Amino acid sequence: MKLWLAQVVLQLFLALGLSPFVSGFIRKLKAVLQNRRGPSLWQPYHDLFKWVRKGTVVSQQASWLFRATPYVSFLTALMVSLMVPMVTAVVPLSYFGGVLAVVYLLALARFFVALAALDTASAFGGMGSSREMTVSALAEPAMMLSIFTVALTAGSTNLSFMVQAALQHQERFLSPSHILALAAMFIVLIAETGRLPVDNPATHLELTMIHEAMILEYSGHYLALVEWGTALKQLVLMSLLVNIFFPVGIGGALTARTVTVGLIAYVVKLLLLACVVALVETSNAKLRLFRVPELLSIGFILAALALASSFIF
Amino acid sequence: MNSEAIVVFSFRVCLSAYLAGFASSIVFVRRERVANFFGFSCAGIGGLAGCAASLCALAYGATPTLAVWPFKMPLFTFTIHLDALACFFILVISLLTIAISIYSQGYVTQYYGIKNVSVLAAFFNLLVFCNTLVFCADNAAFFLITWEMMALVAYLLVSFEHEESRTRQAGFLFFAMSHIGTGCLILGFLLLFRATGNFDFLAFHFIGASLSPMERNAAFLLFLIGFGVKAGIIPLHIWLPEAHPVAPSNVSALMSGVLIKSGVYGLVRVLWDFMGTPPVWWGITILLVGSVSALLGVLYALVEHNLKRLLAFHSIENIGIILMGLGASLMFSSFHHPVLAALALMAGLYHTINHACFKALLFLGAGAVLRATKTKSMEELGGLIKKMPWTAFFFLLGSVAISGLPPLNGFVSEWLTYQALLQGFSTTERLVRLIFPIAGALLALTGALAAACFVKAVGISFLAMPRSPEAESAEEAPSSMLLGMLVLALACVMLGLFPSTFLPLLDPICQGLLGQAISARVIGGNGWMLTALGLEQGSISTLGMVSLFLALLPLPWVSWLLFSRKAPHSIGETWDCGLDRLTPQMEYTATAYSKPLRMIFRALYRPRRQVEADFEVSRYFTKSIRFETHIEPTFEKLIYEPLHRAILRVSQRLRWIQAGSLNTYLLYIFITLLLLLLWEKIR
Repeated sequence: MKLWLAQVVLQLFLALGLSPFVSGFIRKLKAVLQNRRGPSLWQPYHDLFKWVRKGTVVSQQASWLFRATPYVSFLTALMVSLMVPMVTAVVPLSYFGGVLAVVYLLALARFFVALAALDTASAFGGMGSSREMTVSALAEPAMMLSIFTVALTAGSTNLSFMVQAALQHQERFLSPSHILALAAMFIVLIAETGRLPVDNPATHLELTMIHEAMILEYSGHYLALVEWGTALKQLVLMSLLVNIFFPVGIGGALTARTVTVGLIAYVVKLLLLACVVALVETSNAKLRLFRVPELLSIGFILAALALASSFIF
Repeated sequence: MNSEAIVVFSFRVCLSAYLAGFASSIVFVRRERVANFFGFSCAGIGGLAGCAASLCALAYGATPTLAVWPFKMPLFTFTIHLDALACFFILVISLLTIAISIYSQGYVTQYYGIKNVSVLAAFFNLLVFCNTLVFCADNAAFFLITWEMMALVAYLLVSFEHEESRTRQAGFLFFAMSHIGTGCLILGFLLLFRATGNFDFLAFHFIGASLSPMERNAAFLLFLIGFGVKAGIIPLHIWLPEAHPVAPSNVSALMSGVLIKSGVYGLVRVLWDFMGTPPVWWGITILLVGSVSALLGVLYALVEHNLKRLLAFHSIENIGIILMGLGASLMFSSFHHPVLAALALMAGLYHTINHACFKALLFLGAGAVLRATKTKSMEELGGLIKKMPWTAFFFLLGSVAISGLPPLNGFVSEWLTYQALLQGFSTTERLVRLIFPIAGALLALTGALAAACFVKAVGISFLAMPRSPEAESAEEAPSSMLLGMLVLALACVMLGLFPSTFLPLLDPICQGLLGQAISARVIGGNGWMLTALGLEQGSISTLGMVSLFLALLPLPWVSWLLFSRKAPHSIGETWDCGLDRLTPQMEYTATAYSKPLRMIFRALYRPRRQVEADFEVSRYFTKSIRFETHIEPTFEKLIYEPLHRAILRVSQRLRWIQAGSLNTYLLYIFITLLLLLLWEKIR
């Protein structure tokens, strides 16, 4: 029980601490790739601390929903980060909800953020909300199918068991179904975290933004919660990807050694994935909104092929 | 008193209360207020008694049989059998009746002096009465009589506001479609009758094995169409989005919540209870029909901007989700996996009660909005969360539930459906098993689109600025209406947080139909968790999620207290791009909100749009603009219109038969009789 509590608290702080760093790392790497110096790696932390101390301005049109949403989105993302494997395969809250619950809890956060975007009567909010719900709806089947592929081979939707199964069958790494599902999941990751070529997190250009348009009216403490929630969600999705598809170095049990090795391996894997994301972001132009469904249907088809090949091969 | 006596007694109270409500409303037909009070109070009492009876029967496993009509007729017996399946559906209707009758006390006051409320109250009671009998009738003839009465009363209620021609048309469409369904049912029951020579349901039990494959399949298709019309599966759904929105909202809630479930009840009764082990393609068909209904239902809902029509389309979607569970269950039965079949059946049935609760809640919310603003069009609403805070809260809660988001009940049953579909992959034959995960992916798409649709519904109707003077001057609904909504909202929360309390109630059904009681294997962790037949296969704990949420809540609060509390906080205007000020016209509309999806799925919608603009000097200076957009009703156009034309053409040809003379008709009857006798002789 004590060990479990310690694990919950540690994973909580790991997620809280690491999530802004990953965002900062991608941002820095993108700047370097574009021949800019870019902000410091610690900039996201400075930003969060700045927002937390600043006052808030809330629209006069907004209702209680607008004020409640940052809490819902932040806490849901935090809760989810306790349900995914990070350092070891022993996930603190794996029994509270498996991979399906993770997807649906993230959807809950999105539901509220999209509502809050409409609450201020700003047309930007409505636009962002409409686009976000569209993109996420189209990403959902691809995400579920690629998750199903892994869950079905593991025979469980419990993330602990899924990672354990992946650890026991390392030979599945290079199987076609594994690679196809990974590709599908990567497309979903790009879409869900609002990265290029689907959405540009660095822009506030009126007609192209999706996620940024939704949170345009947030400020101060609320903005900090929303942004941190977004960073946590990104960390959760990236952790799913690196730990389910590459369970290298992740410890099967809880010992001092596995935790240390696992932590190093986890951070290295995350940063490698962040490098790939940054590379994709710099080497691609943003797609027109109505080309995004094509990308997402590629994701869906890849996932369906992954599933089919999981029992053909 | 033993449990069986309690069940019989409270069930008699339940039926008598509905009849009393009917009678008292008729007696006080000229005194609306009295009729309203007595009529809906009786319905509420009946609902309470029905809940008591069905809960008691499900919990203690009592399955009494009682006769409602002492006289025996050849072939027909008017008996009621309260078995587990019947009791479950009676529980659903009774629960909804309680909430809706409380709500109606306040809701119908708007009709005082305009429409006769007594009639509404009387028919409401009669509808609940008939529908309750449908669920427990134990004889095919009795079942068909109550089924027809239910359709007739529902027709009268749908056309309650018959002054509008749209309402009359919708009522007629409902009536016509309903009869196509009943026709199929009569044929189906006659097929079964041929094998047994008896109309009793007891005689039909597992009759499937003794039918020839041809007869079995014919019966399956007939029942699928017959019950499918009532359930509103695509493509038999066309009456549903017409009829449900035009009925008074309390009736729409009852119809969407329970009436369409009588189709689900019928399917379960016939396919599980009567047919026994089904061929594989039945399950595949139902799973396919379910997936298509779910996906198309939500896609049509997305482009709908009439609040009640939107909800009606979501009923089609949810019936689809229920059928996905049932179809999976049938497939497991064919492959001889009774435990998995029970899991899938449980998922479908749990979604049945869940959908009843949140859909009725949403219809009641829409009714409150309609009563306050006199409009169903979302484009004229907005800002209601400030004028009607409680209604908005209940509607939001219902929306979270129907979108299948944790921790409410929609999530629990969708999760069970997912698990049932996933388990299918590892157990059945090779190619067939691919169907399950694909259906799961479609369910995911449906769920995500439903969330998008309800962000639109809540966001456009309740948030931001009012878009019309009516919305501006809206007032909160009276307390009786709020109380009715509160009952259903509590039901949604309880069914979501404590599934381990409610799922054992489904055990007697699974035990009776599949010989497996699995709730003990589905519930884990001392009732805190729901598992997919074992903790290793996956588990969720909605209660755990809520506790965790509350446990983590201090984190942001502490940060607020430490850092933000002293900072200056202000209320300001929304950024208006430097214009004079923000007006409701600048807000995002429901049409705009669904535009991306309308574009992406344009192959389905075939949107037509017409823009007429007057401009001065150049087309960038528009003086006035008129915009019109239509969605093509594909099924009406591709199936029903040709069918309609063909029927008209054939009828034109056959008109000469109908000469209008009574003597000719008597001759026809005589000739028919002769022919039948001859045929019987030759055979």
